[in-house]
Amino acid sequence: MAKQELLKVEGLKQYFPIKGGLLGRTTNHVKAVDDISFTIYEGETVSIVGESGCGKSTTGRAILRLEEPTEGVVEFKGVNLAGLSKREMRKYRKDMQIIFQDPYASINPRQTVASVLNEAMEIQKVLPANKRRARIEELLETVGLLPYQADRFPHEFSGGQRQRIGIARALSVNPELIICDEAVSALDVSIQAQVLNLLEDLQQEYNLTYLFISHDLGVVRHISDRIIVMYLGKIMEIADKESLFENPKHPYTKALLSAIPVPDPDKKKERIVLKGDVPSPINPPTGCRFHTRCPFATEKCVTDVPELRTTAGMKENHQAACHYIEEIASGEMQPNY
Amino acid sequence: MSANEIILDVKDLQTSFKTDTGEVRAVDGVSFQLPKGKTIGIVGESGSGKSITSLSILRLLASNGTIKNGEVLYKGQDLLKFSEAQMRKLRGNEISMIFQEPMTSLNPVYTVGQQISEALILHQNMSKKEAAVRSVELLKLVGIPSPDKRVKNYPFELSGGMRQRVMIAMSLACNPEILIADEPTTALDVTIQAQILELIKDLQERLGMSVIFITHDLGVVAETCDYVAVMYAGQVVEYADVRTLFKEPKLPYTIGLLNSLPRHDIEQDKLEPIQGNVPSPHNMPVGCRFAPRCPAATDLCRAKMPKLETDENGNQIRCWIYSEEWDGESEVNLYGETRIAKGRGTKTVLPD
Repeated sequence: MAKQELLKVEGLKQYFPIKGGLLGRTTNHVKAVDDISFTIYEGETVSIVGESGCGKSTTGRAILRLEEPTEGVVEFKGVNLAGLSKREMRKYRKDMQIIFQDPYASINPRQTVASVLNEAMEIQKVLPANKRRARIEELLETVGLLPYQADRFPHEFSGGQRQRIGIARALSVNPELIICDEAVSALDVSIQAQVLNLLEDLQQEYNLTYLFISHDLGVVRHISDRIIVMYLGKIMEIADKESLFENPKHPYTKALLSAIPVPDPDKKKERIVLKGDVPSPINPPTGCRFHTRCPFATEKCVTDVPELRTTAGMKENHQAACHYIEEIASGEMQPNY
Repeated sequence: MSANEIILDVKDLQTSFKTDTGEVRAVDGVSFQLPKGKTIGIVGESGSGKSITSLSILRLLASNGTIKNGEVLYKGQDLLKFSEAQMRKLRGNEISMIFQEPMTSLNPVYTVGQQISEALILHQNMSKKEAAVRSVELLKLVGIPSPDKRVKNYPFELSGGMRQRVMIAMSLACNPEILIADEPTTALDVTIQAQILELIKDLQERLGMSVIFITHDLGVVAETCDYVAVMYAGQVVEYADVRTLFKEPKLPYTIGLLNSLPRHDIEQDKLEPIQGNVPSPHNMPVGCRFAPRCPAATDLCRAKMPKLETDENGNQIRCWIYSEEWDGESEVNLYGETRIAKGRGTKTVLPD
C-alpha cells in the first residue's frame, strides 16, 4: 500500500514568552513544544499521548496555526502552512478541523445547532445557501442525532450529544484531517464508547485522517494506528500501536504504561512508580528531559540530549529517544529506584 | 456477609434536593456495608449519586438537600440521629474525607501547616506547638520531601500531587477509623495517581483504616478495592466482592460498562457501548431505571422497579433477570455475553 503523506511536521517549536520586570520585557520562555518532527499519512490515526504540560495540545494548535509556531515547518499535502498569509491559510482550514475537549465551552450557547453548522459551511463556501438545510439534517443523522433537533440550542443537549454536534461541525466542511484534542475525555465511559465508535465509523466512510490528542492510553490503544509519546515538549517514543504497547523501549513509556490501573483484579503487575513531579517547562532539565525521574539515568543523560533512534529488536518506524535502549533491553543496566 | 466486623452500615439511604424545577432524588435507596479495615469502592457515572452518598454519610449536604430516609450506622449508632455538635466531633476525627480538587479544598490564605494543625488542636486538644510538630510528622508520613520546609508553604506553592498529599495528611491527622476518598486521583496525571494510590494503600495497611473509595474509574477500583458497589441513577444496582464484579458481573449495566471501557492492556476489536443516556433526575423511569437503555428489558422491567436482592454469597443485585418473576428468555444476551436467567427454564424455587 503506497502511503500518501498528508501532514509533515518538522522541527516544530512553540515557545511562549514570560513577561516580567518593571518594563514588561520578556524574561524567559515556556518551552511548550521543543523541536519535534513527525509525519501523518492519509487515512491513519496518529495519537499524541502524555501527561499535562507535555505539549500535546500545543502541538495540535500549532499545526492549525491557532497559535503561531515559533519555529518549524508544517507541511499539509506538500504546502508549508507556516509560510501562508492569513487569507490563504483560511482555505486550508477547511481541510483541517479540530474537535475540542469541552463540549460545553466550544459551542456558542446562543446559536442553534443549525446556525452553528450553517456558519461553518457559509464561511468555507461549501454549499449554496438553499442546499445547506438538507445537508445540516443529513449531518445530524450521520453523527447520531435527529434532524428535528437542528433548531435546538446547545443547552438542550447532554455532554455526549454536544460532542456529536462538535463532530458534525467539523464534518460540515468536508475536512481531510481532524485533530481531536481530548475529544472524549470529558465524557462518561458509556458515552465515550459511543463517540469513539462514531469516530471510527466516520473515518471509514469519509476516509478521514485523525490526529488524536489524549492522556488516556486505553482510548489511544483503541483508536490509533501509530502513537507518539511526549514528555516536557519532546518526543520520547514513536511507534505503531502494537510495538508501543507490547514492546515499549523508553523508560518513560514503560512507567506510563505500568502506572495505569487495569480493570482486572487478577492482574498483579509490577508497577514502576516514578518519583517526583514533572519539572517546569520554563527551565526544563538539561540533556534528556526525563533524567530527573528516570530510574536508569546516568551522567550522560544529564548532559547529552538523546536523539530518536531505532535499534536491533525494534520494528522499522519504531523510534525512542534514550541513550540506553540496548543496555536496558539486555539487562545490563538495572533500574535504581 | 462474612464474620468481619461491620464498621459502617448504610441502609436504604435517600437524599433529595429542592430545585427550581422540583424535588430531585439524587440518592434513592443506597445500602452497603463497610467491613473494618477493608476498602469499598462506589463506582458510577456522573449523576449516579456517588458523591452525594458520601456527603450524606457525613451530613455535609448543601442547604437545599435533605436526607429523607434511611440509616447510617457507624459502630451501631445512627449518624442521622446525631446532633450537629456530635457530628462536628466525628468529622475529621473518626471519619474524614479527601476531595477531588486539592486546589479548591485547601484554604489559599493559610499555610498547609496551619491547616493540618487545626484538626489536631480541635479534636486532640493539642497545643499549637505540639500540633506544629505533628504536622511535620504527618507530611513526612505522606511522602512530602523536606516536610519541615513544606509545612510553611501555602497551597499555591505546591503541585497538584503535593496538594493531594497535604489533603491526605490532613485527613489522617486524627487517625480516623474511616477515610472517605471522593475521586482523590481524578484530577491527577497517571504517574502521580500511581503514587497517591500506593500511598493510600500503604497507609491503610499501617493504620488499619477502613476506606470508602468513590470513583468513576473501573481500573482504580479493580486495584484498590475489596468490595464494589455500582451505582446508577441514585441507586446501588450491584454489590459484590471485587473479583466477582470484574470476572462475573451479572447486571446488564455493569457488563455494559466494562465492555465499553477501552483498555490499554489488551487488544479489543470494537467497543460495545451502552446505548442512550442517563435518565434525567426529574423524569426517572417508573420501572428499572436502566430499562430504557437495557438490551434485555422486558415489560416487567419497564413497569416495576426491581429490589436489591442478596444472594448466598452476600452479593447483591437489583435486576429482574435473576428473580423468579423474570418474564423474558432464559438465556439473556448482554453486550456479547450470555447470562442465565433465574425464573424461566429453571426449576429452582428458593424459599422466601
